[in-house]
Amino acid sequence: MHSRLIDDLLKIMGEKGVLFTPEDLAIYGYDGTFVEAQPDIVVVPETTEQVSHIVKLAAETHTPIVPRGMGSGLAAASVPYPKGGIVLCLTRMNHILEIDQENATVKAEAGVVTADLQAAVEKLGLFYPPDPSSIRHSTIGGNVACNAGGPRCLKYGVTGDYVLGLTVVLADGRVLKTGGKPIKDVTGYDLNGLFTGSEGTLGIVTEVLLRLITKPRYAKTAWAEFSSLGGASRTVTAILAAGIVPASLELMDQTAVRCVEEAMHLGLNTGVEASLIIETDGADEPTVIREINACVKICQGSGAYSVKLAQSEAERNALWKARRSMSPSLARKAPNKLGEDITVPRSAIPEVVQRLRMISNKYGLPLVIFGHAGDGNLHPNILFDKRQPEQWAKVEQMVGDIFDASLSLGGTLSGEHGVGLLKRPYLERALGPVSIDVQRAIKHALDPLNILNPGKMFPE
Amino acid sequence: MDALHYFEKPTEADYLNCIRCGLCLAVCPTYREYLTETSGPRGRVALARKNLEGELALSSNLLAHMNACFACLACNEICPVGIRPAELTLSMRYVKEQIKSTSWKQRLFGDLISHPGRMETATVPLRLYERSGIRKLIYLLRMTQLMPSQVRDLEAMLPHLPQRPLRHVLPVITEAYSESQFRVGFFLGCAQNLLFAEESKATVRVLARNGCTVITPRDVQCCGMPARGYGRLDLVRAQAKHNIAVFEQAQVEIIITDCATCGSTLKDYKELLKNDEEWASRADRFSSCVRDISEFLAGIPLEKPKGKIESRVTYHDPCHLRRGQKIWQQPRALLSMINGIDYVELPEADWCCGSAGSQLITHYETSTKVMERKADNLINTKAEIIASGCPGCQMQLNTAIQRRNLDIRVVHPITLIDEAYEADSA
Repeated sequence: MHSRLIDDLLKIMGEKGVLFTPEDLAIYGYDGTFVEAQPDIVVVPETTEQVSHIVKLAAETHTPIVPRGMGSGLAAASVPYPKGGIVLCLTRMNHILEIDQENATVKAEAGVVTADLQAAVEKLGLFYPPDPSSIRHSTIGGNVACNAGGPRCLKYGVTGDYVLGLTVVLADGRVLKTGGKPIKDVTGYDLNGLFTGSEGTLGIVTEVLLRLITKPRYAKTAWAEFSSLGGASRTVTAILAAGIVPASLELMDQTAVRCVEEAMHLGLNTGVEASLIIETDGADEPTVIREINACVKICQGSGAYSVKLAQSEAERNALWKARRSMSPSLARKAPNKLGEDITVPRSAIPEVVQRLRMISNKYGLPLVIFGHAGDGNLHPNILFDKRQPEQWAKVEQMVGDIFDASLSLGGTLSGEHGVGLLKRPYLERALGPVSIDVQRAIKHALDPLNILNPGKMFPE
Repeated sequence: MDALHYFEKPTEADYLNCIRCGLCLAVCPTYREYLTETSGPRGRVALARKNLEGELALSSNLLAHMNACFACLACNEICPVGIRPAELTLSMRYVKEQIKSTSWKQRLFGDLISHPGRMETATVPLRLYERSGIRKLIYLLRMTQLMPSQVRDLEAMLPHLPQRPLRHVLPVITEAYSESQFRVGFFLGCAQNLLFAEESKATVRVLARNGCTVITPRDVQCCGMPARGYGRLDLVRAQAKHNIAVFEQAQVEIIITDCATCGSTLKDYKELLKNDEEWASRADRFSSCVRDISEFLAGIPLEKPKGKIESRVTYHDPCHLRRGQKIWQQPRALLSMINGIDYVELPEADWCCGSAGSQLITHYETSTKVMERKADNLINTKAEIIASGCPGCQMQLNTAIQRRNLDIRVVHPITLIDEAYEADSA
C-alpha cells in the first residue's frame, strides 16, 4: 500500500481512526467464519463525510475497500480482499439519530448494535422485529447489508421489510440518500431494495431509516419434544396449514439441543430426537393464548411426547438465549463448523430434512440441523476439523449436495446469511446466467472500478 | 519461539474451538467502549492463538492487548463453546513473565505484597494523611480540585482509613456471643486490613452474634490475585501454599472472607495447584472450605436484624462474586432481611465497574469510561446507598460518586446488616 494513502487517511481520520499494527491487521482478517485474509490498513470512521473521503481516496488509488460492522457474518462477506486493501469498520458510527414516535420510525447510524436499537425503541412502546441470533453482536448496518432474518421473521418479515431509507456512500464517494418516512413510495426504482442485501458491493450504508410497529404486548412460548426429526418437521407444516402464523417456529435436532444444554445447563431433555420452539404474540392476550393452545394441540396430535409452556418471562428469555447460543455452541464438538442457510418452500421442510440426513450419512461427518423451520429456512451445520484435508474435501462435497437438495425442491442457497465468499461458486447454479448478467451489469454501473468489496458475491 | 516449549503456556484446547462468532463482544466492557477488534475477547483469543502458533511475535503491542483485559469474566461466562478468553489473557501475561520477568513486579508482588508487615509499613503515609487531619483539610479547602484528575480520582477512592491495620486490632480468637455453633476461620484480606477495616470488624461481629467462634490467623498473605493479574502465577502459587498451611494450623472447617476477589482466588487454589503432587489434595480441601460471607450467612439460621435502615438501597455485583463464585442471590437476600430498606435493582448490576484491581492506575482512560457507564446506571436508581461486597468495586464506586458530585454512600452489605443489629441494641 502506498504510504501516501496511509498519510492521507491519517489526515482524514486522525490517529485513533487508522489501525495498521501487525496485531490490528492480523485480527481484522476474519468474520464469523473460518475464512481469513489480511488487509493493508483498517479505518474506523465516525461520520458519513469521513467515509466519503475514504472512498474517494480508494477510488483515486484503485484500492479495494471492504466495509464491515462487528464481523459476525456467516458467509465471509466482510473478510478483507485477499490481496490487501482497506477494511472500513463502521462500529464507531453508533448513534441513534432519531426515534419518531408519531410516524413510528427510527433513524440510526450503521454501527448501532441491533439489540441496542431494539431496546431504545421498545422503551417507547415501539418494536423493530427482525432478530438475527447475532442481535447483540451485529450492527444494524450489517443487518441491512446482508438483509438479516431471524426467528421472528416468520410473522414479521426480514430486515428489508423495514428499510424506509438509506444513506449510502457510492463507489466514487458521492453520498446517496434513498427513500424517506412515507410508507408508500414508487417514485423511481426501489433503491432501498437494491442496496439491502448487497453486502457492501454496491455502496457503503452509513445510516438507516427503519419502519417500526407497535410492540406486541403478549407472548407465549412453547417447547415441544419429538421422537423423530420427521415428526417435528411435519408438525411445522401442520401448524401453518391450520392457518396459525406464530411469531416463531424453530426446529432443532438432538445434537443442537445437546450442545446448548452442555453450554448452558437449562435442564433441556437431551434424549429427544427433535424439539420445536413455538411462540405466538400479539396485542390481545386471549388470542395469543388461544393460538399457542392450538399449536400445543397440533403438537400432541402429531406425536410430541412432551409440550411445555414457559411459565415466566425469565423462562422464556432463557429459552431464547439458548436458541441464540445454539449455533456457536456446536463448536464444542469440533474446531470448525460451516453453517449453511438453505431455504425451501415450507411444504418441502420434511423432505429436505430427510435429504440432509442422507447427506450426513453418505459422508460420515456430523450435520446438525436446526433453524427457522416455519419460514422454510434451515441451518444445516457441518462440524469438522479444517486441519484435516480429507475432512475439508468432504465438507466441500457436502455443501454442493446440500445446495442441490435445496434447489431441486424449489429452494434457495441462502435465506439470511448472504453469499459472500462461501456461496459464490454456487451462485450461477442457483440463479442462472441471465440473472448473473443482470446483477453484474448493476454492479458495473455502480462500481465501475470494482473497488467495493471486490471478489464477493459473483463467480470469478 | 523454541524456548516457549519449556514454559507453562495455554494449550490448543484453550483456543482451538473459538469459531469467532462474536458473542463475547456483546458483554465485554472494554470492547463496548472502544469498538475495535483488538479491544474485545474474540480479538484477544485470536492474538494469543496467533502468537502461540508462531504467526505473531509476543510484541509489546500484543502484550498490551492482553493486559487491557479487565478479567471481569463476562466473556468466559457467555461463551457457549467453553473458551475462557479472560483466562487466556492472564495465561499470556504469565508466559511473558516466564520469558522475561519484570523486576518491579518481583519487588511489588514478591517482596512487598507477599509480606503483610512490609505492606503495613509502606502504607503508613496513607494512614497519617487521614489521621493528621490533612485529608479533612484538603476537602475543607476544596484542594482536591487542584490535583491532576487521575490523582484526584485515586484520592477519592480511599475510604475513611483505619488508625491501625486491622490485623493488630482483631483478636485471633473471637468467641461467639452466645453458644458456639460453628468454628470458622476468617481470611482477612489486604484491602480489608489496610483500608476497609470497619467492614471486617462488622463481619466478625455479625458472625459472633450468629453463633460463630471466629479464628483470624495473623500471618496470612495476600490471596494472590494482584500477582495473577500481572502474570506472576509462580508467586500466586507460593502465596496459596502459605495460606493453605496457615489455615490447616487453625483447624477450621469453614474459611470465610468478606472480599469478593479474595474469595474467588481462594476457591481457585485447587485449580492453580492441581498439578502439584504435594499440594493438590491440600489445596482441594482448602478451596472447598472457602465461603463468601453472604454465602455462609445464607446457609445458616440467621437472626433477623430488628433495627431499621430507612434508605433507598441498590446493589452492584462484583465480577469476582457474581461470575467468579456464582454468588448474586445471597447478598440481595441479606439486604432484603433489613427492615425499612427500599431496595431498587441497579440496571446492568453485573456489568464491570472498571476497577478490575488496579486498572484505574494502569488503564485510567478505559477504567473511567467503564466507570461512567456504572455511574449513569447508579444515578437512574436514585439510591442513597449502594452495597457491594468487594473493596475494589467500592473504591471505584467512591470515585464515580465524587466525580459526579453525588451524595451516595458506598458500603459492604455486611455493614448494613451490622448497623441494623446495632440500631436494635442501641
